[in-house]
Amino acid sequence: MTSHPSGPLLTVDDLRVTFPTRTGEVQAVRGVSFTLGRERLGIVGESGSGKSQTGRAIMGLTPGHAKITASKLEFDGIDLLKATPKQRRDLRGKRIGMILQDPKYSLNPVMTIGKQIIETLLAHEKLSRSQARTRALEMLEAVQIRDPERVFGLYPNEVSGGMGQRVMIAMMLICGPEMLIADEPTSALDVTVQLDVLSILDKLVVERGMGLVFISHDLRLVSSFCDRVIVMYAGRIVEELPSADLAQAKHPYTQGLLNCLPTIGTDRHPLPVLERKAEWSA
Amino acid sequence: MSVVEQTPKPYSRDWLLSDRPTSRQQARLGRAYVIWRRFAENRLALLGLGIIILLLLVAAFADVLAPHNPVQGDLMNARLLPPGSAGYWLGTDDQGRDILSRLIHGSRLTLMVIVLVAVIAAPIGLIVGTVSGYAGGWIDAILMRITDIFLAFPKLVLALALVAALGPGIENAILAIAVTSWPPYARIARAETLTFRNSEFISAVKLMGASPFRIVLRHVMPLCLSSLIVRVTLDMAGIILTAAGLGFLGLGAQPPLPEWGAMIASGRRFILDQWWVAAMPGFAILIVSLGFNLLGDGLRDALDPKEAGQ
Amino acid sequence: MKMGKLTEKTALSVRDMVVTFNEYVALDKVSVDVATGESFGIVGESGSGKSTLLRAVAGLNRFDEGTLTVDGRTYDSRSRDKEFYRTVQMVFQDPYGSLHPRQTVDRLLLEPLVIHGFDNIDMRIARALDEVGLGAGFRFRYSHQLSGGQRQRIAIARALILEPKILLLDEPTSALDASIQAEILNLLEQARKDRNLTFVMVSHDLGVISHMCERVAVMKSGQIVETVPVEALEKRAFSADYTRQLLVASEGFRRG
Repeated sequence: MTSHPSGPLLTVDDLRVTFPTRTGEVQAVRGVSFTLGRERLGIVGESGSGKSQTGRAIMGLTPGHAKITASKLEFDGIDLLKATPKQRRDLRGKRIGMILQDPKYSLNPVMTIGKQIIETLLAHEKLSRSQARTRALEMLEAVQIRDPERVFGLYPNEVSGGMGQRVMIAMMLICGPEMLIADEPTSALDVTVQLDVLSILDKLVVERGMGLVFISHDLRLVSSFCDRVIVMYAGRIVEELPSADLAQAKHPYTQGLLNCLPTIGTDRHPLPVLERKAEWSA
Repeated sequence: MSVVEQTPKPYSRDWLLSDRPTSRQQARLGRAYVIWRRFAENRLALLGLGIIILLLLVAAFADVLAPHNPVQGDLMNARLLPPGSAGYWLGTDDQGRDILSRLIHGSRLTLMVIVLVAVIAAPIGLIVGTVSGYAGGWIDAILMRITDIFLAFPKLVLALALVAALGPGIENAILAIAVTSWPPYARIARAETLTFRNSEFISAVKLMGASPFRIVLRHVMPLCLSSLIVRVTLDMAGIILTAAGLGFLGLGAQPPLPEWGAMIASGRRFILDQWWVAAMPGFAILIVSLGFNLLGDGLRDALDPKEAGQ
Repeated sequence: MKMGKLTEKTALSVRDMVVTFNEYVALDKVSVDVATGESFGIVGESGSGKSTLLRAVAGLNRFDEGTLTVDGRTYDSRSRDKEFYRTVQMVFQDPYGSLHPRQTVDRLLLEPLVIHGFDNIDMRIARALDEVGLGAGFRFRYSHQLSGGQRQRIAIARALILEPKILLLDEPTSALDASIQAEILNLLEQARKDRNLTFVMVSHDLGVISHMCERVAVMKSGQIVETVPVEALEKRAFSADYTRQLLVASEGFRRG
């Protein structure tokens, strides 16, 4: 909850991501600025808002032909824009982790789960195989997988979506990163499983004092999980507020997003529809 | 998407790229234009297209372009003249016939072979493949086993056997080549059909009460067309070579027809001293095959279904 | 569970339906009655069988046991006639998969009309586009030139163009942004009111179901756990534990 005493973990200032296309340039992110301490920050937006591209730019995973500029993009004092690819690789996994949406696509299908976790570990730390294996099993237990020995030897397609996501979390947290970027980590999961995975994430983030960037389209979920919320629209931030204050959101887009969701108990027919104003994307 | 202030002039670039087409024709032409633009960005593909257009023009205007008679030569004075001789730019063969004129007229034969083979083999392959892929079950099994039988033989060997059975001649050669060409098209069509068979848009059409016949003909086949077109174009080179091979063996076009393969065969005897008799038709085959390969590659990039969306 | 008697007021009735894929039992003796003009929801997680039920009713899956009665007529596992398709239509989940990638909107809407031999095709297409809030400028666009919400509108237009009585909806808004979802749900509601349709809507989202439907069946592992009126969700007047779990989960995360 409190920021790191010596400054924020992540500083983003005027981040811009532009893609060249046949019909001209597409600006996916247009001047996004925020800081992250050891806290949970949610980035909420609909498709096309630029939220995923923001996360990828921080990780250095934007496709090569895109142009990324920022006045400042720093992680713990390290300038991410000037960092060499090797430096970036060293950061990834060891100090910054990223969890993606669908474990079906983000886990290597031809490697067993145990092997993948060990590989991540050995890429960043010098350990013997048996030490690595012990660490991997410990990590699987930490994500509440009851049968870590068995799951260790399974392939990703042999486990359910929820378990796959837990494996993903284990793999990303095993080197003890200080910051985690989660891009729609629970969107592909069933609603009851979502809560399980989120509570595991909750526990680990608190235990390790990590900073978390939680990217999602689900405003309610993000506001219940995170400390602060940033709302993005058309590549820009339109609102930034503490989750507790969500009901007092000022920007009409945020208000519109909150109001247009059907919930049990509210009976509005027809549902209030979001009227997009041109000035929001100016 | 911006709103168009004034209606663009019909057939202009803006009209074609409009995001509010007002007729089927405009939509279709617009899409064709986008595909053309993508194709035209590829220099090599344009080169391939250029070669093929040249082939078509040469074949169309053969009578006008050819300086000499292709089948009757000047045995007395013009036998085995080298390239660059007066009036005989590519030289003459052993019967005193101008090689350039023979090549020009031979382009008609080449074109006839390619077009007929494509027109026969591609539809057969498309129908067999889509029916097989969509129906599944024993229909699929039987049709695919038949396809496998044809695929098991090397193309040239099978064509050879057929021509030997039917008798030499260019029509039989065309038939033989067509019969050996359709199986890969069936395979492609089937593979494409399988990817679409269970998609929701096919389910939606089933739910309207469309008969399987209608679904295959009007919904599945159009989706297989781009892959098939690319494959057929890339195959053209092989078809030319097979026809040339049959011609070379004396089983394709019969003398005095100026078929390029037969020209190479007859020039074989003098290849050491009068290399041009065999080499010139060889170059012609090389250039045309190259043209089709480049065209096919360009088409594949332009018609890529993932990009066909833009 | 006591089943009501079949009356003319029953639009759709499923009795003891069983669907198995190889060894896997997707539907395990499922029975449902939907009254004419009712909006009936089916909620469940993945593997519950909810989509399988809908597809079995539509004739896209075969069912191994059980009976299906629609609008008074009985249908067996695979046979559906034109009469059925004029009575029952479906809107699918994925707007990017349910429209033919190479056809214009005009062609997409034309197809059902041609298959069933309708007249006045031009007028019907124009009217269908109008009804779903899309102007004539959309008529000749290709489906890849439409946004997700626009595609779903076309899918709805296509389903309604045959003037069916029953609309099956398989998670029609799950793949759409929240703000677009609201528009589509409003559109569906309006269509239902205007045409007096019977809805059978499948979703994993209890909020959507409680907004759109009057009764809801909760499914788990191929069986119906319970069927309750939608008000019961708010009042917590249901009996099954699983329903409670779903309800709690839909309320979002609670920090420990």
